Amino acid sequence: MTDKSSGPMLAADGTPLKRSLSRALRMQKVRALLLIAPLLLFVVLTFLAPIADMLFRSVENQIVSETLPKATLELADWDGDGLPSDAVYEATFFDLFAAAERKLHTRLGTRLNYEETGMSSLFRRTGRKLDDFGDVYLDQFKKVDRAWSKAAPWAEMMSDPDWLAGQEALGRGDAGPPFVLRAGMETLLPRTSDAYQTFARAMQEEDDNPADEKPWATVHIALAEDLATQDVSTYTGPGKDRLQATAALVGSADFETLDYTAMFLDINDNWGDTDVWRTIKLYSPAYTSGYFLNAVDMQLTPDGPEWRDEREQIYGLLFKRTLYMSLVITLSCIMLGYPVAWLLANLPTRQSNLLMILVLLPFWTSLLVRTSAWKVMLQQQGVVNDVLVWLSIVPDDARLALINNQTGTIIAMTHILLPFMILPMYSVMQTIPPTYLRAAKSLGATNWTAFWRVYFPQSVPGIGAGSILVFILAIGYYITPAIVGGTSGTFISNRIAYHISSSGNWGLGAALGALLLAAVLILYWAYDRIVGIDNVKLGG
Amino acid sequence: MKLTKTLLASTALTVVAGAAMAGGHMSDSMTLVSWGGAYQASQDNAYVVPYVAMNEGVSATWDESSAEAVAKLRAMNEAGNVTWDVVDVVAADAIRLCDEGLALEIDHDEQLADAPDGTSASDDFGDLIVSDCFIPQIVYSTTFGYRTDLVPEGVAPPSEICSVFDLETYPGKRSLERRPINNMEWALLCDGVAKDDVYDVLETDEGQDQALAKLGTIKDSVIWWSAGADTPQLLADGEIFMGSTYNGRLFSVIEEQNQPVAIMWDAQVFDLDGWIVPAGLSDEREARALDFVSFATDTQRLADQAKYISYGPARLSSAPLVSTHATLGIEMAPHMPTDPANAKNTFLYNYEFWADYRDDIDAKFQAWLAQ
Repeated sequence: MTDKSSGPMLAADGTPLKRSLSRALRMQKVRALLLIAPLLLFVVLTFLAPIADMLFRSVENQIVSETLPKATLELADWDGDGLPSDAVYEATFFDLFAAAERKLHTRLGTRLNYEETGMSSLFRRTGRKLDDFGDVYLDQFKKVDRAWSKAAPWAEMMSDPDWLAGQEALGRGDAGPPFVLRAGMETLLPRTSDAYQTFARAMQEEDDNPADEKPWATVHIALAEDLATQDVSTYTGPGKDRLQATAALVGSADFETLDYTAMFLDINDNWGDTDVWRTIKLYSPAYTSGYFLNAVDMQLTPDGPEWRDEREQIYGLLFKRTLYMSLVITLSCIMLGYPVAWLLANLPTRQSNLLMILVLLPFWTSLLVRTSAWKVMLQQQGVVNDVLVWLSIVPDDARLALINNQTGTIIAMTHILLPFMILPMYSVMQTIPPTYLRAAKSLGATNWTAFWRVYFPQSVPGIGAGSILVFILAIGYYITPAIVGGTSGTFISNRIAYHISSSGNWGLGAALGALLLAAVLILYWAYDRIVGIDNVKLGG
Repeated sequence: MKLTKTLLASTALTVVAGAAMAGGHMSDSMTLVSWGGAYQASQDNAYVVPYVAMNEGVSATWDESSAEAVAKLRAMNEAGNVTWDVVDVVAADAIRLCDEGLALEIDHDEQLADAPDGTSASDDFGDLIVSDCFIPQIVYSTTFGYRTDLVPEGVAPPSEICSVFDLETYPGKRSLERRPINNMEWALLCDGVAKDDVYDVLETDEGQDQALAKLGTIKDSVIWWSAGADTPQLLADGEIFMGSTYNGRLFSVIEEQNQPVAIMWDAQVFDLDGWIVPAGLSDEREARALDFVSFATDTQRLADQAKYISYGPARLSSAPLVSTHATLGIEMAPHMPTDPANAKNTFLYNYEFWADYRDDIDAKFQAWLAQ
């Protein structure tokens, strides 16, 4: 009561005690944080960041709009009926030409082939043939002046004189500072400027000097289009006579122009297939829900998400199977592990040590060796079947199918995950004083009552810890199911592995992984609500 | 394009020539990637040991990651740290790597050795150069092996592909690869589709259903394998009557392990295996990789590999040089998938078709398997 009247309690140096205390605590916290900083940093950099990056791929889809920037813009106005306009084909030509020169078009083909069969070869073939068409304009330009087919006249006309002067001093394999366009070119020849800049950027990306390289056909085409619409009579820079003579040619009646739609249809019929264009339009946005829809047996269509054909539905089945089988494996681990853990905790030290070594021994053996050993044991000409036939329990012509199916996966995975169940159970059981059981019995309980009412409730935290460990490990397992699971015993993780390492569809793999992660988190949350995570112990 | 090509070629030439003259501009260690097992051992014996002996101070390390080469190279490329110098891949993967810009484009005539008679490399390899990045090495085949002791009495041993689907004449389990490639073709062949029409039929939904329906007639008797070692093990244990696998694996079951197994060559599917050099290596490492690859794919070296494993050399000029097995001493030519007696009815893996249809048909195939 005197405190109240005399103000806040003061420390020895006169500052309020509360502030001084919190400062000391803060210091402690900072020190603690600094101590764990290396670990924290390590975990974030090597574990969390890569996982986040991988999961991010499940929605990331920038490759389409990056490879076809102009075409995706043009396609935005297309209503999806009939063939797109010539402007779309034109934009696609410019995009694809640049992509093919930089060898990016096949990458996009691979990406789109996940959604629409045939895209892969369509892009590969088109990339090969684009060159043949671009030369129509250059061939005509050359009749005016052969300089159009050389690198230097173009560079002189298109680039800023200061930039060009700097480029001349450069050695081989040196790209120099970023390309600078001649002042006024942007308004005089807008398309040509754009095409030449794209070309120059691509050259510099490969450490080549754009001033030494002949421009792509896209630049010639852009120039022809510019000359048809722009007035170049005001131009006074290098090559002005050449430019004006060419403008006259382009204006004349016998100048041959390119029909982009016809050109694409000539390269490949599939460019006349509206499905191809719908797919490109559908996957134009930088982020897509397509991978997640695929991961739940649906697909993105222009009319919104739709279920896949029944013959192609597989992931729902695999998710359900993975959860169901992981549950069965967890239960069989509890059944087999509980008595062993009890023995470990209650036998005299000498025997229990020996038993402990037996439990741990498989732990120290390679996973592949253990799984392959199960193959030898369980196959139809294997040890188990041989013994059963020898004992006349099973007829020779009806040997049991114990492997390459669900049974095989459950047996092998129960064996492999058993130590993860036994060890937490054991460490909990060790802390249960044997006197409790004796006390229960002395008060008149039968063996069963004493176990069930006194011992078992105290061992539940061990079961909980073991179950969480085993279940979560089981849900993500893939080596064992791949080897012994046949077709009915494989898990969702086998498909994830297939997409990551074999089909290359990382987006779908990431979406499946994200769903699996979400499923585990939901189950963990449910477990916490039902059993309570405080009720889980890994030891004393 | 033409310009870039000539430029590329001339750059490569200067690099190679410069390296050859100076010698010191090549890196002196390299990491080779292959499949492990007997195949990698044959490469080590035929290529790496003589190469290291010729080039003092050069060391080679093996990495057994070819099965995941595409995924790993993609990851390395994204991380900007490619640690492999020469990678052994199947042709389909080489095409994908080339498509994704992860493998170096090769000018086969400039960068590989001519045949002893002066034939250029591209003529010597011929059609086997299925991609600009691919340096062919061997022709292998996926074909069937069967247990000779399990052939029913009074029945001729299986000699044609449709005996795989004939459970009445040849009872017993089969093993097939857990993917649609090859299985779909065989199923259609045995369902009355002419060999030339197989891929036209397989392009359609009905054709795919037809193939799956045919496979469905034996589905309950099939063990689906995913590792090349599975079928040899299943055959050796008598677990299956017949199964598909790579012909080199069957050779080792038959000749090295002396199991009662024989090969049925009918409708064997040829595929190619070869080298690629990853894109984005430093000049020194690239020069070393190209130097090694040029040495390892010359006529003599390719013929030498056949001393250790029964895969056909990819060069035309190597075939006459194929001799006897290094330890068994048997003539290797009759064991080659390309031997005329074995190659009466063959398929060549259709790279273009499967590049397009692989994702789609695989989805259907896996869903069909899981049901």
